[in-house]
Amino acid sequence: MTMHRRTVVKAMLACGALVGLGAVIPGVAFAARNKGAFGSDDQAKAMQALFDAEPADSPDIVLKAPSIAENGAVVPVTVSTEMTNVESISIFVADNPTPLVAEFMIPAGTEAKVATRIRMGKTSTITAVVKADGKLFSTARETKVTIGGCGG
Amino acid sequence: MAGIFKVKAKAKGGVTKVKMLAKHVMETGQRKDKKTGDIIPAKFIQELTVQHAGNTVFSGQLGTAVSKNPYFSFTFAGGAKGDELSISWAENTGTSATETAKIK
Repeated sequence: MTMHRRTVVKAMLACGALVGLGAVIPGVAFAARNKGAFGSDDQAKAMQALFDAEPADSPDIVLKAPSIAENGAVVPVTVSTEMTNVESISIFVADNPTPLVAEFMIPAGTEAKVATRIRMGKTSTITAVVKADGKLFSTARETKVTIGGCGG
Repeated sequence: MAGIFKVKAKAKGGVTKVKMLAKHVMETGQRKDKKTGDIIPAKFIQELTVQHAGNTVFSGQLGTAVSKNPYFSFTFAGGAKGDELSISWAENTGTSATETAKIK
């Protein structure tokens, strides 16, 4: 590890301060969406708020993410699945201040494959949840982050 | 207002592959100003919808953990060269806009 102590301390301070703030995001901001899910600082609660159920592990979801991300501010993630009747694809990062990263709707005719770039505060598990045929499936993998994306 | 999205959409074999990149700070509301120590207010795109010929082909609810200058890619059935995609987005601040991009 060639990380400077100073950088680490800074990153930790920044991230620590954030955790408490997650819940303070003004309600107005999420008027038209699932405020509880996006504001929740706990992954299980966020899933509960968004889906009102727990997803089952599935080998049919392909979650592509680096095993080591040098820069937590930009982590490329691709989620795809061969399942039919996919309604939505959601991405969670367990140890982020607010674990729900994004929820993508997949209308009929659109392939169940979405790529985006996300932020990760620190080494954590990325979970992809696919809603298909009204059922929930998930797959997860860990990504190590050497420089957190939360301090900026 | 000029568009913030740079879009590459290509129709081939009955499907259109779309790659889009937005120029946006995606401020989380969790960062502090290095000089003053004040929290920088959140400013991020929280809703995104892409339409083709009046149908929604992609939409998303985004959180603050989507990276700065967000990137999205997806593929939908239909679309032809010269068609227009309409991209609507809304920020948490209330700012919203709709812009268009041509399929190549």
